[in-house]
Amino acid sequence: MNPEMVKEKLASRFGDESISVQTILDQVVVNVPGQLIVPICEFVRDDPDLKFDFLSFVGAVDRMPESPRFELIYQLYSTSSSERLRIKTRAIENESGEASIDSVYGVWASSNWHERETAEMFGIVFENHPDPRKLLLPDEWNAHPLRKDFPIMGTEQDTPDLSK
Amino acid sequence: MGIENHLDNTVHVTNLEWFVNWARKSSMWPLGFGLACCALEMIAAFVSRYDLSRFGMEVARPSPRHADLMIVSGTASKKMLPAVLRIYEQMAEPKWVIAMGACACSGGIYKNYAVVQGIDKYLPVDVYVPGCPPRPEALLDGILQLHAKVMKEQSIKNPQFHGIKVVGK
Repeated sequence: MNPEMVKEKLASRFGDESISVQTILDQVVVNVPGQLIVPICEFVRDDPDLKFDFLSFVGAVDRMPESPRFELIYQLYSTSSSERLRIKTRAIENESGEASIDSVYGVWASSNWHERETAEMFGIVFENHPDPRKLLLPDEWNAHPLRKDFPIMGTEQDTPDLSK
Repeated sequence: MGIENHLDNTVHVTNLEWFVNWARKSSMWPLGFGLACCALEMIAAFVSRYDLSRFGMEVARPSPRHADLMIVSGTASKKMLPAVLRIYEQMAEPKWVIAMGACACSGGIYKNYAVVQGIDKYLPVDVYVPGCPPRPEALLDGILQLHAKVMKEQSIKNPQFHGIKVVGK
């Protein structure tokens, strides 16, 4: 896929400054601001030249000590052109350090469980998520294990054995 | 010898304890459940190539109420632990536990927040079978070790009552 075309289309729709497009190992990577994640996802899904109708994966990276801290990654696939696209953004942090981002459930319903897992593993809030429960971890745990500052063995308070 | 000769060897005399132990070890019924990759080696031990039925153990019971041997085959995550303990408690006495594989013995390579660091923190393990995963031969050897252990139990004189022995914690 032509990264210039992607860049041009996104720039003409959302403005030039905040969006960058790179090609890394033959894969097109788009960096976008967190506030625009939902409109940009809708755009790349609906644009007739892009048509990224399938969301493969949502994940995050803890970039501690950078700020904002959490990088979100959306892996897209187009079933009509067999092309792939990666969208990267940063979660938005408020004054108390809580990270949040808009859920893309309304764009691709398959983001549901991916966002639930990302939410519990990193402690990122997905706004407007239809079912913001934990996915894998026990409900009573108060821990975000994929954060860089999480102790690998957990703690007796946050990750107790569930023998009862 | 004694009464046996007198009756033309139509009877066989032994002691009751030996007989009870022999009956127990000769038809031990394992519980049919698996936790992780070790379960595949356990399944291999059941089928024709290794043939666990040679030891009277071919009936893996899906219900814990029919089983008297729990083979903890694999990684017990902390989230799975309540289910494992519950089916152990549902098994009828007398019952035995084999910890199969490095994870069930000690947590194995998973020294982390999500995995129980050895099922013996919660269950009274009789035999540990190390390996990652142990081959079916290793499991068969562990089962034979358990049989030998059962033969030494004082089942009549001093019946070992396991109770619901949740040790540790």
